[in-house]
Amino acid sequence: MTQPITELDTSGLSGNTGEPLLEFDHVGLEYPFEGAMRTIIQDVTLSIQPGEFVSFVGPSGCGKTSILRMVSGLSPARIGEIRYRGQRINRPLKNVGIAFQNPVMLPWRNTLNNVLLPLEIVEPFKRDFSKQKARYIQMAQELLTTVRLQDFQKQYPWQLSGGMRQRASLCRALIHQPEILLLDEPFGALDAFTREEMWVMTQKLWMQAKCVGILITHDLREAVFLSDYVYVMSPRPSTIIHRVKIDLPRPRTLEMELTDEFNHYFSSIRQNIHHN
Amino acid sequence: MEKFLRSKSASFVLPFVATLALFILWELIVFIFKIPPFNLPAPSSIFRSMVEFAPQLLQNAGRTLWTTMVGFVLAIAVGVILGFMIGYSRLAYITLYPLLVAFNTIPKAAIVPLLAIWFGANAIPATLTAFLLAFFPIAVNVALGLDTVEPEMKDVLRSLGANQVEVFQKIGWPHTLPYIFASLKIAASFAFIGAVISESVASNAGLGYLIVQATADFNVPLAFAALLVLAAMGVLLYSAFAVVEKKVIYWAR
Repeated sequence: MTQPITELDTSGLSGNTGEPLLEFDHVGLEYPFEGAMRTIIQDVTLSIQPGEFVSFVGPSGCGKTSILRMVSGLSPARIGEIRYRGQRINRPLKNVGIAFQNPVMLPWRNTLNNVLLPLEIVEPFKRDFSKQKARYIQMAQELLTTVRLQDFQKQYPWQLSGGMRQRASLCRALIHQPEILLLDEPFGALDAFTREEMWVMTQKLWMQAKCVGILITHDLREAVFLSDYVYVMSPRPSTIIHRVKIDLPRPRTLEMELTDEFNHYFSSIRQNIHHN
Repeated sequence: MEKFLRSKSASFVLPFVATLALFILWELIVFIFKIPPFNLPAPSSIFRSMVEFAPQLLQNAGRTLWTTMVGFVLAIAVGVILGFMIGYSRLAYITLYPLLVAFNTIPKAAIVPLLAIWFGANAIPATLTAFLLAFFPIAVNVALGLDTVEPEMKDVLRSLGANQVEVFQKIGWPHTLPYIFASLKIAASFAFIGAVISESVASNAGLGYLIVQATADFNVPLAFAALLVLAAMGVLLYSAFAVVEKKVIYWAR
């Protein structure tokens, strides 16, 4: 087994020859605070290849969520730029799926219809939604089966547990076959057992979808379990201080958590997190 | 007992029992203290009067119901439109909201004489008063509903590339529906109050008018009979909306 690579990364990713899907180019973020501009993020430069799963970990308040909002284009980067296939992101991308810590399902729709929502909005699905509805429902049902919610299609959000809602929200994030899956601490509010179960399901969904996964988390085990690369952020003003390549075989299992290798990754990341 | 309280029939039976108990207590008090019907008629004499004057009561109740409903429908139309303007446009919010609040603080009874001068003592002042009282809670609730959509819900849609119209269709409107229904129940009662106030100040028909006429003739039992009809209509109106609400927004809890 190879030793985990822990390298200081300030110059972006090297060694991977393919065209990156996402590039961060000296990205920064400032926020007005008590009359002055306070730097939250500075000089984040990295790139993400198609099919990669990356995590951002770091102390709270280091702007992890802001990174996600910048990538999605919901709040585009104003300092530096993030490029998607070479194009600067300055408005919401259409081919992303997002799952937040709060699963935000629409309470007036049952599970199945919640999952179908993106297909009513995203082209080309939207165009023939009524014609293809049967096929779309089948797609939704397949996803729901993957997360073992097949028997809860007709239930409304308030009839589901927190973990079930989060699983449904993952399905919703993936049904329109996005190129980028953005996860903003999606398992933060779940209990430890449910959370680990969610890791396995997320990995399964991501491997099926073959998309880029970007996870924001403060759970280092979660980051190690799911990621190809873990980016460690420093306290404010934060930047990427470490990039850890996780070289565990896929699909990863919960048993792997007990291996020395897993724990080696965990502790090498843990040592690099500096609290404010 | 626990089980009965939770059953569906309890919510029908118990209010009836309470009303019946109230009437019996009332009847007893009038009987024991020998209160003249001129001051406080016993329920029995109210019911007798109700039967006796049934045609008048029915006719005037119809008029009140009609003016209330027309005013109420107007209030829904104007209230929903205003609510959308305030809820979606910052400009409209800043310009209109203070005016609306100021207008709403004017006691509507004070406007009725003016309406009577403009439109005469007929159904129009009653309809307008019903409208004036009812549109405000609707407008405020629609605006509130639109304003309280969770930002994350909007983010989910925006990240899919949804435009403003789609965000409204998929989230804004359904999210606002419970607020609208909550306001309709209140607004229906308000419209009713408005119509009756107006009828009792300046009108030629309606239950409010009937009450004023009855008291002027010292026919207190008839006035009470009209009051009871008003109460029954109010309850019916409210429960009609409660039923529709349950059907339309079955998902809200």
